[in-house]
Amino acid sequence: MLSTTLVISVAFSYLLLLFAIAYSADRAASKGRSWINNPWVYALSMAVYCTAWTYFGSVGRAANSGVWFLPIYLGPTLAMILGWLVIRKIIRIAKTYHITSIADFIASRYGKSQRLAQLVTIITLIGIIPYVALQLKAIANGYQLLTTSLNSSPLRSAHWWQDSTFYLALLLAGFTIIFGARHLDSNERHEGMVAAIAFESIIKIIAFIVVGIFVTYYLFNGFGDIFKKAQALNILQGLFNFNTATNPLAHIQWFSLVFLSMLSVILLPRQFQVMVVESTDEHHLKRAVWVFPLYLLIINIFVLPIALAGLLTFGLGQGNPDQFVLSLPLHSGHEWIALIVFIGGFSAATGMVIVEATAVSTMVCNDLIMPWLLKSSTFGLHKRNNLTRLLLWIRRVAILVLLLLGYSYFKLAGDAYALVSIGLISFAAVAQFAPAFFGGMYWKGGTERGAWGGLLIGFAMWVYTLMLPSLAKSGWVSTSFITSGPLGIEWLKPEQFLGLTGLDNLTHALFWSLWLNTAVYVGLSLWQRPSAREASQALLFVDVFKRKPHAAPVFWQGQANAQDLINLLERFLGVARSRSSLKAYAARYHLTLDSLTADAQLVHFVETQLAGAIGSASARTMIASVVQEEPLELEDVMRILEEASQLRAYSKALEEKSLSLEKATAELRTANEQLKSLDRLKDDFMSSVTHELRTPLTSIRALTELMLDDPQMEWEQREQFMGIILSEAERLGRLVNQVLDMAKIEGGHAEWHTTDVDMKAIINQAATSMSASFKEKGVLLQLAMPDTVMILKADADRLLQVMLNLLSNALKFVPAQTGLVTVTLSDDPTGITVAVQDNGMGIAPEQQALVFEKFRQVNVGTQQGTGLGLPISRQIIEHFGGRMGLRSELGQGACFSFFLPRI
Amino acid sequence: MSHTVLIADDEPNILISLEFLMKREGFRVLVAHNGQEALDQIANETPSLILLDVMMPKKTGFDVCQELRAQEAYQNIPILILTAKGRDTDIAKGMALGANDYMLKPFSTKELVQKVRDMLGSVA
Repeated sequence: MLSTTLVISVAFSYLLLLFAIAYSADRAASKGRSWINNPWVYALSMAVYCTAWTYFGSVGRAANSGVWFLPIYLGPTLAMILGWLVIRKIIRIAKTYHITSIADFIASRYGKSQRLAQLVTIITLIGIIPYVALQLKAIANGYQLLTTSLNSSPLRSAHWWQDSTFYLALLLAGFTIIFGARHLDSNERHEGMVAAIAFESIIKIIAFIVVGIFVTYYLFNGFGDIFKKAQALNILQGLFNFNTATNPLAHIQWFSLVFLSMLSVILLPRQFQVMVVESTDEHHLKRAVWVFPLYLLIINIFVLPIALAGLLTFGLGQGNPDQFVLSLPLHSGHEWIALIVFIGGFSAATGMVIVEATAVSTMVCNDLIMPWLLKSSTFGLHKRNNLTRLLLWIRRVAILVLLLLGYSYFKLAGDAYALVSIGLISFAAVAQFAPAFFGGMYWKGGTERGAWGGLLIGFAMWVYTLMLPSLAKSGWVSTSFITSGPLGIEWLKPEQFLGLTGLDNLTHALFWSLWLNTAVYVGLSLWQRPSAREASQALLFVDVFKRKPHAAPVFWQGQANAQDLINLLERFLGVARSRSSLKAYAARYHLTLDSLTADAQLVHFVETQLAGAIGSASARTMIASVVQEEPLELEDVMRILEEASQLRAYSKALEEKSLSLEKATAELRTANEQLKSLDRLKDDFMSSVTHELRTPLTSIRALTELMLDDPQMEWEQREQFMGIILSEAERLGRLVNQVLDMAKIEGGHAEWHTTDVDMKAIINQAATSMSASFKEKGVLLQLAMPDTVMILKADADRLLQVMLNLLSNALKFVPAQTGLVTVTLSDDPTGITVAVQDNGMGIAPEQQALVFEKFRQVNVGTQQGTGLGLPISRQIIEHFGGRMGLRSELGQGACFSFFLPRI
Repeated sequence: MSHTVLIADDEPNILISLEFLMKREGFRVLVAHNGQEALDQIANETPSLILLDVMMPKKTGFDVCQELRAQEAYQNIPILILTAKGRDTDIAKGMALGANDYMLKPFSTKELVQKVRDMLGSVA
């Protein structure tokens, strides 16, 4: 037994932690970093499907009826794997038309029908309140079990103000209000809430695995042990087969449970909220398709072992199987394990309550209260006051009321049902949406009248065959109508309607309600042609994938004023939000805010934005109140559709044309950039050439002037000057030749005389013609060449030019008298390599890349280079497909080498 | 007392002719083969005027100009830039960095002497 203070403070701390997560996620989102824009978070948020009902109740169901706990999980798994294309279509439709609840989805599809939205909301409310009550009950029971000793009889608080569950309901309402009804926007997304829910999903699966491992491996010796012991006691008998002997329709029941869960995972308001409304990216679905089923699989692994362990420990028919997960650890004295389990169940319950309350409050506000408000004169449609705050308050109150209703239901009827039955009754209620919902997505013929009629009959049958009998069983209504039919009419018996017997009451109810629902939906739809509005909405829903989101045809005609529309939007969304969404709209059509024209496009846009905030039916009413509409005929719908498809073809052609124009512009721009950079290169080249020409001219001119000025100048002096003038003149000549040579090679105008070339002969020739210069400076020239070398295809004169250049370069940089230059020639099958190694001062690493650039010479001594020798040599080598390179370390000499391929 | 002229140029032949010219005009001459050498020379002995080439290894004439003008002691040494770079932008850059005047290579020896005397005169 744990102290109440401890349990309450742990639960409260857990809520605070949730609060912190939700708060941080909201903060992050407002800074543009969305936590929930992540496929893992998306998949985990879907696990809000696993509520306290499944957390505690699965074990209970397994203990009572064996494998019958499985369909609840098989359904969603099948729905995800088989139906993900359907889910993707739901998401696309909802995102395109700013649909934010399941009521809105159905109402919008059938011509934005107000009464449909109301009916769906009412069905949801009635179906969901017991479900919320169930969550509170689960927490209350768990709390009681933890804090009272096992043997004492359960104590019930006499008054609601002494009941901690009441305060829990208030706390949850507070949390939901803060994160589920914080601000109003046309997407109805709640970053903080979803982040908290995803976190809760992690906690509950961890807690369940902990208790599973504890029971299976600590209390018992693994799966085999439990099953063997259960087998021995004949507990397994009947739990592991369908017992077709006693129940011939077991397979049908199994199938109907799977089918019901498949529908529920899409149609339950909280599932619709996390899967569709909160979806940030359609592509996340691909991850969720396997992660969510995997989650369900993992959380189910220990259900049977725990159930059997409970039965083995407490005895068949003893103890409450719904609480085995708690009572097993408590019974063995491991209260901390029980506390962890409790927090897991607490997560499951709070997660469900928070999301469900958010989803349902949106529906209640948009579909029940808004229409009434819009009609009442108190709130004056045409006044200009801002309604954003009012809308938010309606939602907040709706959340509070929903939780208080759930609490009241729990107080009044909480003890009456086993946990599982309440959940299934809720499932069956929302399953009534299926014909209108899925029919509307794939069948253009469905009409509002059909959907309305089907829903009504389905709901009525649900009340009659499922809800009333269950109330009767809790002693609220006399049971006589169950046993002998109302007024004694036998064939009207709610659980054996029209004499149908043999089915369990859930399958029976499901059969009648869904069958009649579908029949009426299809029948009424076929009976009357859809109206223009229904037909146009049908087109938008069924063909949602045929168009891009913004290219959908707009089925509206009439007169409108742009300012009226903007004012309307501002009243509901607030000035800032309307401005930013209108700006985005204007940008899409290359307009400014002031130049918006009140065409069908704008009317449609404003209506869609409003629909996100107040539901499509209310949005329709509001739009109709500020514009003058011309009624749409079916022919108009056809005409608009035709125009839209023509427009689409036209705009596609235009788009293609503008694309090719854009491409041409880009090409021109690139060409221009290239020209500009060529021009810059040419400019730099000219500037360098000029510089190189002026430098020798400077000496020539100055020295000539000096000699002219002084006829008496000594001969020796005169001789030195004339020597300089001569060498500078030669330098000028070389420069001019090399500039021309370079220009020819670069311009592709050089003449190449490709013949068979013996590289060895060329090196010898170069060495011979340079020998005088080497001897003059006292530098030793060594040649290291193999006896025979393969013959290459190249230009012999050009290669000689390269060799001469490399040798004179090397000569320039080696010291006089001690200088040594070595030429090495080597060949291999791919080609030949020539290296010219000197023992000069070497070239610093940062200079090495520059030596092959034009005019980058390093000047040494009086013999001036032109700065073009190496660049020209490299061009020559590269012309024959070779490479020229340099290896050098400062102080270690330099080695220029080139490789010529054999080709 | 005769003025001292520092000649900085990386072209040995230009150095020979300028040295000869300046000595003939009665100046004491210091020579430097690159920008760094020029700065070292100046730190050693402050010349009366500097004939400064632009495209030199290690430090360019522009670098030398900039570094000198950044120091209080060398604010007023006349600097005459001798450049083979003929572009207006290059000339403007030199003047902006604190050179007093410039001459384009190849120059007339008479004009150069005149300019040097004018600059020394205006300092004195």
